[in-house]
Amino acid sequence: MNIEICNLHFTYPSGVQALRGISLTIEASEQVGIVGQNGAGKTTLVRHFNGLLQPTSGEVKIGDWDTRQYSVAKLASRVGYVFQNPDEQLFSRDVRTEVAFGPKNLGYPKEQVQALVTDALEMTQLSDKTETNPYDLSPTWRKMVAIASVIAMDTPIVIFDEPTTGQDAASVARIANVIRVLRERGKTVVTITHDIDFCAENFERVIAMSQGQILLDGRVNDVLGQEDILATTYVDPPQLTRLGRRLGFRETVRNEAEFLAVLHKQSL
Amino acid sequence: MAIVNLTNVTYKYPLTETPALKNINLQVEEGQFVAVIGPNGAGKSTLCYTLAGFIPHFFKGELSGMVEVAGIESGKSSLHEWVLNVGLAFQNPFNQISGAKYTVFEEIAFGLENIGVPRDEMKVRVEEAMKLTGISDLADRSPYSLSGGQQQRVALTSILVMQPKVLVLDEPTSQLDPIGTREVFSAIRKMAERGMTVIMAEHKVEWIAHFADRVIALLEGEILLDGTPREVLTSDLLAEKGFGISRYTSAARKARTLGLWKRDYLPVTLEEAAEGFAPSLSPERRGE
Repeated sequence: MNIEICNLHFTYPSGVQALRGISLTIEASEQVGIVGQNGAGKTTLVRHFNGLLQPTSGEVKIGDWDTRQYSVAKLASRVGYVFQNPDEQLFSRDVRTEVAFGPKNLGYPKEQVQALVTDALEMTQLSDKTETNPYDLSPTWRKMVAIASVIAMDTPIVIFDEPTTGQDAASVARIANVIRVLRERGKTVVTITHDIDFCAENFERVIAMSQGQILLDGRVNDVLGQEDILATTYVDPPQLTRLGRRLGFRETVRNEAEFLAVLHKQSL
Repeated sequence: MAIVNLTNVTYKYPLTETPALKNINLQVEEGQFVAVIGPNGAGKSTLCYTLAGFIPHFFKGELSGMVEVAGIESGKSSLHEWVLNVGLAFQNPFNQISGAKYTVFEEIAFGLENIGVPRDEMKVRVEEAMKLTGISDLADRSPYSLSGGQQQRVALTSILVMQPKVLVLDEPTSQLDPIGTREVFSAIRKMAERGMTVIMAEHKVEWIAHFADRVIALLEGEILLDGTPREVLTSDLLAEKGFGISRYTSAARKARTLGLWKRDYLPVTLEEAAEGFAPSLSPERRGE
């Protein structure tokens, strides 16, 4: 299911022009990272995907649905959205109820709800915490509950807004694993992140935004190689990309394996 | 003399069985910038709360040992006395914003109002602090209309403006973009150079390596390592115990096994990595 955005403009009631002419197609099963400085319009953009925001002008289509014609509740069957702050999204008494809320609301039959919940809990490594109140969990695990509750809705499109904020290495690895599984299942994943190393290691396509517009859009190595342009939207390339550049590598490298391969080749 | 002095500090939250901090001994000199790293649940926030007096004044539970900051013992002083010396910026800025103020300017002035700073001085201090953190243009906005990153800077500014002797920061850059992160680190470094003592829980090791004087690695409530950024951040123990480590360190560690890193230490910053790897490249690749 494609996401198609045509000349999207959005102005907040305060007068802030958050999006200024975005045109963009995200194909079914694509995995896209969105980077850019605070205030670039990243969150404003993805909130148009599930109808939380409506275009001031222009058009957003999720498959054959124009978001202006469908309610947020309806769009929830196509687009799952994991909020930046899990506390904005959790309210149930225990983890299992929380995770079951979404699929139940989408009207899946009971057995399917159970299967989806079990699967989402396993994927997020929450199977041993199903009876716990989400607010008795650490922020790291609350984040996993928020992720599980969206995964369980089994939507073709999943959006993550800053999934790695405040997470430790183990938790970041868990989130990367969730994204990998979603990729294998053919889901479309759109992820906003400031964690450029995470972005480089987990996404094939990267979009850099600045001041409500798209600055760069392409394959990860091509985008991350544009150090000067990225700097204008306050993004540093990943650590090993910068190191490779500093060492005079001709190719842009984005992770440890690529870095070591080029280093090895050039040391001969 | 150490401005922060923790001796045999153990703390257990109410209704929990294992202590969140176990036998912590920590002395910090005035003007030192100390970064505290550790996996989630290691006790970083609990240590921040203990230093800031939230433990034992707000969180109950069992605290033993001695917590002394600026010559005052926490158990023997009021929270009011304590906050004159120590400021804490919360991990989640949304939880810190008072909700009692309509503008960012007023929000930042809130603490100063509470301790009775004269109006004229208050204005000057608020303006200075906003300049330091780069949020002067937000002065008239509502604190709740801001993005996560902007809120975080407001939360930090509202503590900086109090000019505490000891500044405690719980992941103050978690919502910031990379350049914003560097700016905040550099502003905090400036405060340390002016003599403010800084204790900062943080995951971003690259910036810690650049800016901090000392790093403490916490694990399961105990101090695992305590030393200079290089000593701690390149320790093999960190990788083994699941801490986040710099990509430079980890790449050099792997390269060492391939004979492509020949220094006797591992790098933590871009500069160290570039210097250390350069000799491994064949001469024409180095542009010689």
